[in-house]
Amino acid sequence: MHASVPYHLWFSAAVCVVCAVFVSSSAVLLRERQVVNQALDMQRNVLLATGLATDDEQLSREDVEARFAKIRQIVINLRTGEEASEIDTATFDQRIATADVSKSREAQPNNAGLRRIANHALVYELREANDKLDLVVLPVRGLGLWGMLYGFIALDADLKTIHGLTFYEHKETPGLGGEVDNPRWKALWSGRQAFDASAEPTIEVIKGLAGPARDDPHRVDGLAGATMTSRGVTNLLQFWLGSDGFGPYLDVLRRRMEI
Amino acid sequence: MAKVKDVLVDPIFNNNPITLQVLGICSALAVTTKMDTALVMSVAVVGVIMSSNFFVSVLRNQIPTNIRIIVQLTLIASLVIVVDQILKAYLFEMSKQLSVFVGLIITNCIIMGRAEAYAMQNPPVMSLVDGIGNGLGYGAILMGTAFLRELFGSGSLFGTQVLPLATEGGWYTPNGLMVLSPGAFFIIGFFIWAVRVWKPEQNESE
Repeated sequence: MHASVPYHLWFSAAVCVVCAVFVSSSAVLLRERQVVNQALDMQRNVLLATGLATDDEQLSREDVEARFAKIRQIVINLRTGEEASEIDTATFDQRIATADVSKSREAQPNNAGLRRIANHALVYELREANDKLDLVVLPVRGLGLWGMLYGFIALDADLKTIHGLTFYEHKETPGLGGEVDNPRWKALWSGRQAFDASAEPTIEVIKGLAGPARDDPHRVDGLAGATMTSRGVTNLLQFWLGSDGFGPYLDVLRRRMEI
Repeated sequence: MAKVKDVLVDPIFNNNPITLQVLGICSALAVTTKMDTALVMSVAVVGVIMSSNFFVSVLRNQIPTNIRIIVQLTLIASLVIVVDQILKAYLFEMSKQLSVFVGLIITNCIIMGRAEAYAMQNPPVMSLVDGIGNGLGYGAILMGTAFLRELFGSGSLFGTQVLPLATEGGWYTPNGLMVLSPGAFFIIGFFIWAVRVWKPEQNESE
């Protein structure tokens, strides 16, 4: 009887249903905790980009929240670069907005693999006591080899010098492209110049080794064995620092500083 | 009772899945740069292998022979996904560090090997014990490898600095080879050598 075709079908269907119920109920039950963890991980990565936290620190939830409290969150309109105060920073989710047709627009053709861009973005500002801008952290994303890279780039108060770069979510090959989250590689970004003299984003991940930030400010070491991921990082940074990305917002900040 | 003990302890030294059967090497190379990742990986594998052995054994008389491998794989894959979900919920940082290697437990030959070689022929409780034994055998080698790699590669154990690093004013210059995968190859090779010197019956006949 075990050899009959209907038995095979019946048995495999039963196994599949039982396993599916098991897997999906675990996913549903644990979802809430996972969402909290993801949000916390994003905050931690903002801290990493600003240097308020380091990679080898073990931070509890309270630590992350306490340090994160120093950072001001602002939702901006990407096209005008002005603050969009009508949107609540606590509930704004850039990924949901990107997928929502009424809250996003089609992207101009670009190398970063982006099809839609949200109308708004959540950025982070770190200010000194006298309200002078210290750092600004911008969310960036773009296509690597296997999927979207999600990260943050922090710019110094001159809005040209890169303070830090982190990626908190990616699907790159561990050991090759996955090294985008290697602390030693990320440390190479600090002090590089994102823009050339005419304010065009020129920062680039090259094949091979770049010099120290002082002598070779526009280039960063490539990741060995990960040409596509390295190129993806270049493209996504050039996109988001450019006029279709955070260009207008950076202009607003520059103008405000001149006054 | 003696048999239960044999089934549990045998895979740790006498019939270790890594040193004797040389299975599960991929993850043994990948997750052993730090002891804490190795520990979580070991626990995850013990969890998956004991439950997969148990369920396969419960169903062993019902599973049609023609499709037994894919049925085993379905069970193992479901268990691995659940373990991955649990890690994401309770040990988020760790699950990010282990990245794909939790998912790759599915392809760990030790687990399918035990399902096919043991659980298909033996009753559930013994299969469970066999799963724990093999999981521990895998875990023991993982922890041993991670101990040496973390100690000599980063000068620390479980993230606590033991040997003061030269870069931070100490005297120890970390061995870069230990951090890279080939380092694990060498260490596992030395383990295999040591076990076979200790138990010459494990040598293949020439």
